[in-house]
Amino acid sequence: MRVALLATCIGDTLFPETSRATVAVLEQLGHEVVFPLQQTCCGQMHVNSGYVREGQRLGERAARVFRAYDVVVSPSSSCVGHLREHVPAFRDRLFELSELLVERLGVEDVGAAFPHRVVYHPTCHSLRVTRVGDAPLRLLRSVRGLELAELGEADECCGFGGTFAVKNADTSSAILADKCAAIEASGADVCTALDGSCLMQIGGGLSRRGSAARTLHLAEILAAR
Amino acid sequence: MRAPTEPFPAAARRELANDQLRANLRNATETIRAKRAGVVAELPDWEELREAGRAIKADVLAHLDTYLVQFEQAVQAAGGRVHWARDAAEANAVVAAVAQSHGVTEVVKVKSLTTDEIELNAALAAEGIEAIETDFAELILQLDGDWSSHILVPAIHRNRTEIRDLFARTIAPGLTSDSPEKLAEASRRYLREKFLDARVGVSGGNFGVAETGTVVVLESEGNGRMCTTLPPVLVTVLGIEKLVPTFDDLGVFLQLLPRSATGERMNPYTSLWTGVTPGDGPQELHVVLLDNGRTRVLRDEVGRQALHCIRCSACLNVCPVYSRTGGHAYGSVYPGPIGAILTPQLVGIENAASLPFASSLCGACYEVCPVKIDIPSVLLHLRAAAVRAKAPLAERAAMALGAFAFGGGRRLALAQRLARLAQRPFLQDGRISRLPPPLSAWTHTRDLKALPRRSFREWWSTR
Repeated sequence: MRVALLATCIGDTLFPETSRATVAVLEQLGHEVVFPLQQTCCGQMHVNSGYVREGQRLGERAARVFRAYDVVVSPSSSCVGHLREHVPAFRDRLFELSELLVERLGVEDVGAAFPHRVVYHPTCHSLRVTRVGDAPLRLLRSVRGLELAELGEADECCGFGGTFAVKNADTSSAILADKCAAIEASGADVCTALDGSCLMQIGGGLSRRGSAARTLHLAEILAAR
Repeated sequence: MRAPTEPFPAAARRELANDQLRANLRNATETIRAKRAGVVAELPDWEELREAGRAIKADVLAHLDTYLVQFEQAVQAAGGRVHWARDAAEANAVVAAVAQSHGVTEVVKVKSLTTDEIELNAALAAEGIEAIETDFAELILQLDGDWSSHILVPAIHRNRTEIRDLFARTIAPGLTSDSPEKLAEASRRYLREKFLDARVGVSGGNFGVAETGTVVVLESEGNGRMCTTLPPVLVTVLGIEKLVPTFDDLGVFLQLLPRSATGERMNPYTSLWTGVTPGDGPQELHVVLLDNGRTRVLRDEVGRQALHCIRCSACLNVCPVYSRTGGHAYGSVYPGPIGAILTPQLVGIENAASLPFASSLCGACYEVCPVKIDIPSVLLHLRAAAVRAKAPLAERAAMALGAFAFGGGRRLALAQRLARLAQRPFLQDGRISRLPPPLSAWTHTRDLKALPRRSFREWWSTR
């Protein structure tokens, strides 16, 4: 199957390894991945910050860039949820990576090996907008050597929220502090999730605390051999 | 309604610095969240109930003119009087006039957000009439000159020892124990006198039934029941959106509200009164129908769903923002996610422009709302209005620059290269720990991963 990759602006710029891992996992399974170079941003930041017209224009621009592809995948549940909700052209053909693998391709074991103690943080968009269900957990349970730990108050936000993290930095940091404490209490060395943006928040907090735990996108665990 | 006096981020910063408050809030919200989840899970038709609640409220708002007149006629037919109040001043004047017509200088009050919204107590005080709060938590706040920080648990930010000291200072000299029994006993001794002496009671209302003219109040303590049955005169202030069409409709809300609010299957006291019953309860009943900005909210097709709210506070208890900052940060009698969408609409977006941004858009509020108010969507709608009303120039410029950079693949690639150059002075061990304002807001508590040597698109192009 030919799959177009939507890397997202943050992913493309800050987390290239996540998209590279996405390409690796899909190619390993025998699929063809294409990356339309005209892609930029889905417009979520603008819409969520009150700049609806600019954001909506970016969403429609993305729809034009990906017009030619029947299946589009992105390693970001947040951008997937945003586009499916706000740009009708994406509703039936844009998938978050774990969704594509488990729901659409019927794959749970991608042949990965990752001998670490891991907690999964279900990001708000993956839970309540994109609704990926237990697809990420199914994939993680099939990874060789991976020990899945419990995360306390897992369903609670990490405090990122886009520009909220800067506009309401004190509140965002207070929420983050509890998330970091829960990760540390789980004894995991890695916290994984489906969103680079939330992992940037959590990773930034863990790093500042000098925590032993680090963050890694699910795609990168799935690409580990 | 009074607008917040300071922007949310500044108020939140002050509240967050209070460790005791944060510990109290975390314990209280976690407990009530777990209770709610338990009793909601018991009902196999919970989603149908939510949808029914939403549909009834949407119908009421769509035909509010009809239902209000129907309600007025039903109340009058049952021997009550109805007053229409465009704003707080008109509503307060009605209550004061009723009290004055009976020559009283004291009224007893049922816990009510609507009368807080119109600042009834202050208005009555100006007329020489003292309003005694009889809800346990409201009493605590009144005695201390404090104000509510939660829709349902107004004194959620106070603990037992603080309350014991306050009572010892005011209504119960010599009180030494801070056990719940002793604290309740102290308030009971004080309030019983007030109930027995009162000649005028004042209440809000959870629901008004258009078909029958019935007013409904749900509570836990029974003090509301005292206020609505002992004094010979009762004045009820009801927001116009509180109507339900028929008595049967109550069946939906009496299931939704207690489970969402206190996490109980049923609340201890549900009082219903329909006009006047000779020889039983108040012999003079006034119902004040309050607009105070509600018809303006009704004009907004997206925002009007905020008027569906039945004041359960489930959205507060699940909110990651509220459960850290508490209610005072919102600067309004309506705190939390519902406050963030209701307050700006009631006072005007330009007077509460920071409130719609006081959310990480996590969506937990929408998930628990018993009448399915899509709070995240209303927040986005109000953020757009706030930007139109008063966005800082620097922010507008940054957003325009962002939109330009995202205008094409080559532009983004150029922006990535420029950002890599710009980060150089701040790099330390592969991460950034200090940035100048406004990005210092990030690096104050969080590191930032350095931009990689190559973006994904650069890697892809050379693949």
